[in-house]
Amino acid sequence: MAVIEIKQVAKTFGSFTALHSVDLTIADQEFMVLLGASGCGKTTLLRIIAGLETPTTGEVWIGGRRVDHLPPRERGIAMVFQNYAVFPHLTVFENIAFGLRMKKMDQAEVTRRVTRTAELMHIEQLLKRYSGELSGGQRQRVAVARALAMEPDVILMDEPLSNLDALLRLEMRAELKGVLAESKTTTIYVTHDQVEAMSLADRISVMNGGRIVQAANPVEVYRNPAARFVGSFIGNPPMNFLAATPAGPGKWQVAGQMFDGPVAAAAEFAIRPEDLHPGDTGLPAEVRVVEPLGPHTLITASVAGQPFRAILDSTLLPAPGDLLHFAPAPDRIRWFDPATQTAL
Amino acid sequence: MSAPSVRRAGNRVFVAGVALLILWVLLPIWLLFVNALSAPAEVTGFPKRFIPSFDLASLSFFFGFSGVIDALWNSVRVAAVTMVLSIGVGAPAGYALSRFDFPGKELFRFLVVMTRAFPLPLLALPLAVMFIRTGLDDTILGLALVHTTLALPFAVLITYSLFSGIPLELEEAAWTLGCNRVQAFIKVILPLAAPGIAASAVFAFVISWNEVFAAAVLTVENRTLTAFLLQSLDVSPLPLKFAGGAALVLPALFFIFAVRKYLFAMWGIANR
Repeated sequence: MAVIEIKQVAKTFGSFTALHSVDLTIADQEFMVLLGASGCGKTTLLRIIAGLETPTTGEVWIGGRRVDHLPPRERGIAMVFQNYAVFPHLTVFENIAFGLRMKKMDQAEVTRRVTRTAELMHIEQLLKRYSGELSGGQRQRVAVARALAMEPDVILMDEPLSNLDALLRLEMRAELKGVLAESKTTTIYVTHDQVEAMSLADRISVMNGGRIVQAANPVEVYRNPAARFVGSFIGNPPMNFLAATPAGPGKWQVAGQMFDGPVAAAAEFAIRPEDLHPGDTGLPAEVRVVEPLGPHTLITASVAGQPFRAILDSTLLPAPGDLLHFAPAPDRIRWFDPATQTAL
Repeated sequence: MSAPSVRRAGNRVFVAGVALLILWVLLPIWLLFVNALSAPAEVTGFPKRFIPSFDLASLSFFFGFSGVIDALWNSVRVAAVTMVLSIGVGAPAGYALSRFDFPGKELFRFLVVMTRAFPLPLLALPLAVMFIRTGLDDTILGLALVHTTLALPFAVLITYSLFSGIPLELEEAAWTLGCNRVQAFIKVILPLAAPGIAASAVFAFVISWNEVFAAAVLTVENRTLTAFLLQSLDVSPLPLKFAGGAALVLPALFFIFAVRKYLFAMWGIANR
């Protein structure tokens, strides 16, 4: 049982502000992903929760206990590091047992827990080896097993898959999700990989410039970005944005087309590339690049001089220079305030 | 000239350079050993035999010479105390430099190296006066303190790069697994750094072992081997000088040889 509450946590390094007063509550057993580009403050936030960094201001509560003044070992957390941090002078067995021995657990219990977590991570045949004799993927498994063996209230993961090759990453991702769901711990997972975030998270906190821009479930973050940044950061290719000119209350003109929109002084039109239907009417787009990707075709085009991408069925193969019309699905159109960059 | 002949000429220059460097190091050592292990009569002879006659007369005369064994024992004791002091003070300093950011860090690093900028003769007289006042003159500890000053910059810089080579993540992982700072150091950092620390300790030992000037100025009764040899050099016959030289060089060579692989590569750190 561990709810994590982060209350107005801020962190400055000299004159650089890494975190601006962050508030976040993570429910018990929730899988929370902190997602953002490098330098957005996600790792700093994770390290503050771990106790490896002290917040400049604010409070961190884990399981109803204020922990921001406590050292890492007294917080009931376990952490998986980006470079695995498997101790090179200890065998895999002793690596996994390390935290248990620090707790002065008796040998029988240590062996039981190490064996169980090693089986869970499929490394039971590696227990006698040293980290130098392991592949990157195997070290990753040892690092996760070492964290799980502690049976912590909270597992913190700092880009744990970023050093693995693409295939292995896919495999480990699915495995991690299963193992962590079964362990019933609260998990905070830092990544810059949006696909990883979408596939693992119960909830994603999208971070930018030391702030949490949106914290919501993956589909909500994808469908209803709270800010222009979220739309432009999540999705591959990201959301399309087009300038809109007001044409009466709640009416907007976008690339010569009329749309119903919010009542506001100014607005920007946004649509995901897959929410477009080619037809005789709609946004006029001049095709620039055509990329057939198998299941679908990615079109890079220009709409009223602005870059625009569309994902089309692969049966359609236009040529560069063609003029297409894209009709946006009306319920998928989003509007952003150009001044505040937030959703309207 | 065509390309292959240029390459061949380059090769020859390379081989000649390597041969010159090898001779530069090995020739004096070879001369030392041949003369030390030859009968006293052969020492002045020329040409030398490549393999010495293994006549131990010079060496046994040397070790039987009054005061040599005492001087040897003094050398060992001073070097041992120097080793303990310079690692005891240098390793924590190296750790602090590699792990913490503190105001004046760069200045501190600079000052550590600066201690080597003052020639010892400049410091010897004031030191001798100060040592006489404090009663440290002619003692093992007094000389070891001076030798520690000489060895400390190396101890600090070697351990600094040693600790810097151990990822901070390993320490942080230990903290999250239940260690405090001291426990993490003992259980994770020390085992990984131990070979390097040992190498740096041996280095300090050798610096003290080979040091002549301070030893000659600051000791009278309790002379170390180097100081003892310097003192008796003028009055001793040539075979004795060679035997003494060999007795001095041998331990230094042996120790450096023993830790050579740790001086080149610290195990386990390259593949974390």
